[in-house]
Amino acid sequence: MINTTATIAGVSFKNPIVMASGTFGFGREYGRLYDVSLLGGISGKGLTLHAKAGNPGIRVYETPSGMLNSVGLENPGVEAFLAKELPYWETLDTARIVNLGGNTLADYVLGAELIQRDADARLLAGKPAVDMIELNISCPNVKEGGIAFGVKTPAAQEVVRAVRAATSLPLAVKLSPNAEDIAEMAVMCEAEGADAVSLINTISGMKIDVRRRRSVFNNLYAGLSGPAVKPVALRMVHQVSRRVTIPVIGMGGITSAADIIEFIMAGATVIQVGTYNFMNLRAGSTLVEELQQFMKEENISSLDEIRGIV
Amino acid sequence: MATVISNERLAEGVYHLAVEGGNSGEMGQFYMLRAWGAYPLLSRPLSIHQVNDNGVEFLYHVVGEGTEILAGLNPGDPLELEGPFGTGFPQVEGKVALVGGGIGIAPLYYCAQKLPGSDIYLGFSREPFRTEAFRPLAAELTVDVGGLILDSVDFSAYDHIFVCGPHPMLKAAQLKGSAPDPAGKHPDVYLSLENRMACGIGACLVCSVSCKDGQRKACADGPVFLAEEVLFHD
Repeated sequence: MINTTATIAGVSFKNPIVMASGTFGFGREYGRLYDVSLLGGISGKGLTLHAKAGNPGIRVYETPSGMLNSVGLENPGVEAFLAKELPYWETLDTARIVNLGGNTLADYVLGAELIQRDADARLLAGKPAVDMIELNISCPNVKEGGIAFGVKTPAAQEVVRAVRAATSLPLAVKLSPNAEDIAEMAVMCEAEGADAVSLINTISGMKIDVRRRRSVFNNLYAGLSGPAVKPVALRMVHQVSRRVTIPVIGMGGITSAADIIEFIMAGATVIQVGTYNFMNLRAGSTLVEELQQFMKEENISSLDEIRGIV
Repeated sequence: MATVISNERLAEGVYHLAVEGGNSGEMGQFYMLRAWGAYPLLSRPLSIHQVNDNGVEFLYHVVGEGTEILAGLNPGDPLELEGPFGTGFPQVEGKVALVGGGIGIAPLYYCAQKLPGSDIYLGFSREPFRTEAFRPLAAELTVDVGGLILDSVDFSAYDHIFVCGPHPMLKAAQLKGSAPDPAGKHPDVYLSLENRMACGIGACLVCSVSCKDGQRKACADGPVFLAEEVLFHD
């Protein structure tokens, strides 16, 4: 019997495969293609307190083995999510993670408070609630907030501390590879009471249209993801997991069971799958199956056996 | 998994691909196609040219690495096909004009099959293609090379006008459709939009379209929109 389970701050994951924010909507669309309850968890589309229209202009550009995106956190806002999307999540048997972004410190706190209040009411009514907040301090595609909080540790500390005070839900902080020192950032998160850190968000990148002599993106820079970033992500997960005692949620270019195992061996407790969802619309179900098969072939009976082994 | 039945070159950079598998879909819907491994990263959305018992057919223009790989496919080659996706053209009653520009004629062939008796307008900047296939399906067929096909369409003569073509043509169709008509006739103008996509199913929000009622998704709410709903920014 192969054991793929993992636990973070009391939240159980039937397998380590979590769908990454921004690549999976709120699961409904993929739910038409396969049973998303097969997954370990879903991190929903990044939310801000108020609805956001996102960035104008080109929003995606392919690179060798990667993809630049400049969606700019288009989302319906926290309240619309709680009213319209969470009832769908209730029907799923998978860990429910809300990814929370913000423009200002107050936005983050108010967003977290709304989610907390909703979770309290749901738990009181015996209904499934949000299992975890993933705090996004690292979106490179929004002008205010986002990455501004995610690069310098003191700025990030202020947000993590304020949100920690606003919610008792398990809290993961999603870190940016563009941080001045990602390990130091993770250590700060742990000290401020975060229950996990997830990494990496996209790497700030650029594409120039040489004929038009300008960046293809209105925002100049965009976030790089996909297999191209995997070596960097893996190194950072390895580095960070050695510096903190809280679980690490690893992500960056995962497209196979072997990739998942690499991240677990580097120290990740669970992993997230992002860009691969676009390369293979059934990525979730494919990976769940492949992971079982891979572990069988490699005689790995439990992920605990190999976690952080390298 | 699907299989290539035929992949015929019609004009400079324009191909007609017939695929076995995926034999469903409505007018104006699309499939995501992929005939490669990890690179290019994204699958390519192609609108349905025709659906029949054998499978589905597409017309495409080679514009980048993905479509270049598609152009190299031979009968018997495998490819991945996901779909049909999107909200296409509505099934309508009344007098219909189908107006296509260049590769924008692709989704209109299936419309012509589903809406017999439509007038069909096909415009090309250079070499025309597939025009003879449209002829038996049209009440009247107008082909223009080098001009502006919209100039041939009397909007007041129709109840519904379906348009697919390059961006400036869609904007022009919106403008023409919204112009006051002395006879008081106002056709419903539907535009099929093209946009970069990552997932094709409404999850990634890469293909957002600005509409009067806010941001909508070209892949799921569209690609077909009522012209009056769309806000063109450029």
